[in-house]
Amino acid sequence: MIPAAFDYAVPKTLNEAVALLGQNPEAKVLAGGHSLIPAMKFRLASPALLVDLNRLNGLAYIREDGGWLKIGAMTREADLDGSDLIRKKYPLLADTAKTIADPLVRNMATVGGNLAHADPANDHPATMLAYGAQVVATGPKGERVIPIGEFFAGTFETSLAHDEILTEIRLPAHKAGAGGAYVKVERKVGDFATAAVAAQVTLDASGKCASAGLGLTNVGPTAIRAAQAEAALKGQPLDDANIKKAAQLAAAAAEPADDLRGPAEYKRGLIKTLTVRALRKAVERAKA
Amino acid sequence: MSTHHVKVNVNGAVKEADVEARLLLVHLIREDLNLTGTHIGCDTTSCGACTVLLNGRAVKSCTVFAVQADGGEVMTVEGLTSNGKLHPIQEGFHEMHGLQCGFCTPGMMLSAVALLKQNPKPTEEEIRWGISGNLCRCTGYVNIVKAVQYAAEKMSG
Ligand SMILES: Cc1cc2nc3c(=O)[nH]c(=O)nc-3n(C[C@H](O)[C@H](O)[C@H](O)COP(=O)(O)OP(=O)(O)OC[C@H]3O[C@@H](n4cnc5c(N)ncnc54)[C@H](O)[C@@H]3O)c2cc1C
Ligand code: FES
Ligand code: FES
Repeated sequence: MIPAAFDYAVPKTLNEAVALLGQNPEAKVLAGGHSLIPAMKFRLASPALLVDLNRLNGLAYIREDGGWLKIGAMTREADLDGSDLIRKKYPLLADTAKTIADPLVRNMATVGGNLAHADPANDHPATMLAYGAQVVATGPKGERVIPIGEFFAGTFETSLAHDEILTEIRLPAHKAGAGGAYVKVERKVGDFATAAVAAQVTLDASGKCASAGLGLTNVGPTAIRAAQAEAALKGQPLDDANIKKAAQLAAAAAEPADDLRGPAEYKRGLIKTLTVRALRKAVERAKA
Repeated sequence: MSTHHVKVNVNGAVKEADVEARLLLVHLIREDLNLTGTHIGCDTTSCGACTVLLNGRAVKSCTVFAVQADGGEVMTVEGLTSNGKLHPIQEGFHEMHGLQCGFCTPGMMLSAVALLKQNPKPTEEEIRWGISGNLCRCTGYVNIVKAVQYAAEKMSG
């Protein structure tokens, strides 16, 4: 399958990339290309111009800085997966990167693209909701910070302006008592989630829940933050009864639809079970 | 529609071509360079038959534009032999019966080569994980795993 014809530009600077987007209403950014190129081959997308970010320096990094874990938007999934820092201190993120697609796709796919694509089936959106992340958008007027809760506007839609590029993702830096887990059910290795749950908890000195983040994958038009379930856990001991109560609330927050991966009620049931598993694992890791 | 002059080091030799921006890397390799060892299976980023190494990393060449490889290095299955001698991974597939129809084999071998470079002594589970982007519809994975183990031993021994 051959995509429709397009122009292709390799900007040398981020400003040039932003300007190219501003000049061309039909332009799109090319990151890892592993959502965009398949869509172009199916002619579901026919951008007039591709602005290739792959040759820009300084957009791929993973570092802790000023209370944040900062991830450059062009960081490949394979590099997240291979990072000792992520494996040791950000297990929810490590779980997520590992479960995305297959090793070949992970060599190209970027974290920024995974969020900017805003596919509810993508795995990072729920994880970033659970972490309470922020994204940095760079446009003609410079940078602005968008809380992740305001980033996903709908299926394949974000709050980025046409001439804004997602340049960085920020997660609150790891602190003692924090732990997380991502639990996904997929039909086979490399598949998108039938459903998945991201959980991030922080325990206080007495072992109670100081804060909880819960994100749900592929059970609605966007990734869903299970806010009521989070609120129900706050200040409580993370025992079985409370975890099950939160799982009920998370399942109630899901808006699944029937499709080839299963009927809606099955997916709602999955969310309940996966929330229990993700929270238990998160607590175990928070205590370790 | 833009066209671009690209220079790509393919299996150690620099190749040049004028390409439309929309030309996929797999088509450059197969049709412009006549290296037909790289296969097209699904054409939808699912099967890994089109796997090549791009700047050392295994990627699906049906999902990369040829212009993206400009100035870079590509290795295809044709680049595995040196001086007429089979690469240990090729030997492994031969010795351990790692193929039947052979359609998936070039992609499997390049994924395996990339894996062994990163992890010279992988466990069986790591091998299975490492080739999980490559689908084989006939051999089954048992002998493919053995082929990779053969190569790992030979390359580290
Ligand atoms: C076989 C297969 C299996 C997959 N399985 C999974 C899976 O299990 N889980 C999962 O989460 N994903 C999966 N994916 C999707 C994969 O992770 C994609 O690569 C990802 O969704 C998009 O990232 P990308 O870097 O490839 O973006 P691209 O495809 O380059 O871009 C996607 C969209 O986002 C825009 N964009 C990209 N980067 C930016 C930026 N920095 N700023 C502004 N806009 C930007 C582009 O213009 C485009 O519209 C799979 C893909 C394939 C092919
Ligand atoms: S042909 Fe490229 S992944 Fe199947
Ligand atoms: S040997 Fe036939 S597809 Fe693998």
